Amino acid sequence: MIHYNKFTLANGLRVIVHEDHTTPMAVLNVMYDVGARDEDPKKTGFAHLFEHLMFGGSINIPDYDEPLQMAGGENNAFTTSDLTNYYITLPAENIETAFWLESDRMLSLAFDEKSLDVQRKVVSEEFKEHYINKPYGDVWHKMRDLAYSTHPYKWMTIGKELSHIEDAKLEDVKAFFFKYYRPVNAILVVGGHVTLEQVKTLTEKWFGDIPSGEKVPRKLPVEPKQTAAHKLEVKASVPLDALYKCYHMPGRVEKQYYAVDLISDILGGGASSRLNQVLVKEKKLFSNIDCYHFGTLDAGLLTIEGKLVKGVKMKDAEKAVQIEIDKIQQEIIPERELQKVKNRVESMLAFEDMELLNRANNLAFYELMGDAELMNKEFSNYEAITTEDLHREAQELFDEKNSNTIYYYADK
Amino acid sequence: MINRKIAPEIKDAVDFDITLKPCEKFTLDNGIPVYVVKSDEQDTLQLEMVFPGGSWFETENLVASAANFLMKNGSSKHSALEINESIDYHGAYLNRNSHHETATYTLHCLTKHLTQLLPVMQEVILDPSFSEEELATFQQNMKQRLAVNLQKCDFVANRHIDKYLFGEFHPYGRVSSMEAYDALQTQTLHAFYKQHYTYNNCKIFVAGNLPANMIPLLNQYFGTTKWNGETTIIRPQMPILPAEEKKFRIFNDENGVQGAVRVARHFPNRYHPDFPKMLVLNTIFGGYFGSRLMSNIREEKGYTYGISSQIYNFRQSSAINIHTEAGRDVCEATIKEIYKELHTLQQEEVPEEELHLVRNFMIGSILGDLDGAFQIIQRWKNLILNDLDENYFYNNIRTIKTITAGELQQLAQQYFTPEDFYELVVI
Repeated sequence: MIHYNKFTLANGLRVIVHEDHTTPMAVLNVMYDVGARDEDPKKTGFAHLFEHLMFGGSINIPDYDEPLQMAGGENNAFTTSDLTNYYITLPAENIETAFWLESDRMLSLAFDEKSLDVQRKVVSEEFKEHYINKPYGDVWHKMRDLAYSTHPYKWMTIGKELSHIEDAKLEDVKAFFFKYYRPVNAILVVGGHVTLEQVKTLTEKWFGDIPSGEKVPRKLPVEPKQTAAHKLEVKASVPLDALYKCYHMPGRVEKQYYAVDLISDILGGGASSRLNQVLVKEKKLFSNIDCYHFGTLDAGLLTIEGKLVKGVKMKDAEKAVQIEIDKIQQEIIPERELQKVKNRVESMLAFEDMELLNRANNLAFYELMGDAELMNKEFSNYEAITTEDLHREAQELFDEKNSNTIYYYADK
Repeated sequence: MINRKIAPEIKDAVDFDITLKPCEKFTLDNGIPVYVVKSDEQDTLQLEMVFPGGSWFETENLVASAANFLMKNGSSKHSALEINESIDYHGAYLNRNSHHETATYTLHCLTKHLTQLLPVMQEVILDPSFSEEELATFQQNMKQRLAVNLQKCDFVANRHIDKYLFGEFHPYGRVSSMEAYDALQTQTLHAFYKQHYTYNNCKIFVAGNLPANMIPLLNQYFGTTKWNGETTIIRPQMPILPAEEKKFRIFNDENGVQGAVRVARHFPNRYHPDFPKMLVLNTIFGGYFGSRLMSNIREEKGYTYGISSQIYNFRQSSAINIHTEAGRDVCEATIKEIYKELHTLQQEEVPEEELHLVRNFMIGSILGDLDGAFQIIQRWKNLILNDLDENYFYNNIRTIKTITAGELQQLAQQYFTPEDFYELVVI
């Protein structure tokens, strides 16, 4: 059970306080309800580039990092397709420094041309480091494009192409800020060695006078149901052939999500998972194989990804994967195997909750999904899943028409 | 109206009183020491067994890491699948790691599952079978992984820079290879295991929410017999043979859009009085987001997504290594700026404001790092395995709080001379 209190400021900022007096530290986490899915298709990568610009100084504070480090604090941020999250960890005595910094950049950024110039370059290097200069680094660009016809998950958070980032203008930055970075679009979580009263006072003091802003209605194009299998062959300068198969799956907020999440764990979670045991250890067709998904809020992709043992033919490898998929579709999963993946979830949640920062981050995320209290109901959602639920979801999920396959061939 | 231009009052680092929560010591019936940090705030625990089974002690390349890895893949009673299934079934993680000095097995689990997991862990540690089939799969898959990694400029650069610093035959400079994987044999692995994973060379570290009968349980599974017999591990002398050349440029991928830049030099180990001082200087130079390197090379010039400088924690001899991946066209400019920053620290004292900030930042980090039993046992483990005690920890904190700008400049003059550095770019 995670204990917390919740209140809302007059300007619409939602605030969650999670007291934990076993630590000398405090965390301040701000989650903005904006991600890469909210971008203009011609200006992709913007939400993430924007995250970098949030460190380029705010209206009253020229340098964000320096005063925080002076207060013994550390910070970072991340952007996904769905959201942008900023967090600070610091000694609890200095929590007001976090309020000061975070509220000033919610009030307004400095909008500095030099900062934009530099961060465009930094993000370009990030793009190169992770997606161009790595073997198989381009596969997710290709897969998203193959699997989505309409929905903005079609492009990656880093952006569809480098030019979109290189072309970003200061007007775009300003418009984006005042559209999305408003109290009404944010969730503030303060956790650790703090009290509710203290947080109420500090929140009112530092965030209370920030103009509320308007909630932007989200009208994303809905991805139509896929009606035919998609396939793509790629040849690249990599040492091994690789197989990627993606299936459209329910979004994070759907009831069916939990069954599909357990299915991914049965296939790919842990050394005893089916794909690893059968395809790597017994049949020796893959040197490694995984099954995972990103837990996106809108309908996402369940992915099976593996590298073939040298000399194995793509069609034999794919056939062997298909046998495992047929099996999970046709046969009822043994009770012990279901219990195993439930136990794994229980344990994973417990280890995740050990860290104050994770708890603060998760409270914000569940609140974004609709209600922070969902965090405390999460495990019971998994516990309720039966072998019949898995069977039913596997039928729909692994329909061949729902599949997207990339055959990634080594050209040497 | 509040004045947002004025920062709130802060409590300064030097005023934080940091204490390392004590660690209890028990001894099992057969003499195995058990170090314990309890905390009942969560339902989880961590149990780590440490052996002198690192690469320092192997006589053939990769034997230490392969033995460590394959111990978990089957015993005389159960297959790898059966072992993995019983760990996964209880939602537990049994991770193995092989380092230069030590090799470890670490169990993370919910406290309620511990009694079911101890027999499995006992089997892994006391009765591994090292089957031919498991070795063959391991060899094949590791070679495939290596082939992929060899395409990455950062991976290749890490291998080379350590080789230049320590020599290719030294455990710190030795790297994996297809041939070394091919040469592995089950008998060698088994012999290495038998020699190094013995009761009298084992240390146990536990932390978290422990059952009341934790020590009796450990005694039951690991404390009653002299498993694997008593062996004496001798730490052989290993001469360091650094490269004679200092500057290297390697083309690994003709289409590479970035280069991996490494600039590195030798540095004394943690027992040397300059070591704690260098932790402070290194933080200023390249050890945090606001460091000189980050401010100049990322935040001012945008050459890279990130650049940092690290001090190796190796036992025999350490090194300072500056590393980054930078745009292909700006690698040389990056190296120039690195030398410029080294030079500035030699020429000018660090301003008091910056030093104050770094003190506060470092103390804040330590305070955060000591949060929770798992982190505290980690600190103790590092002290104990290096034959140190809490005085070392407190001495480091004292150094952070009291080192002067003059001492830092002196240190830079001694260790930041460009001619002492190896440099490498891998594109």
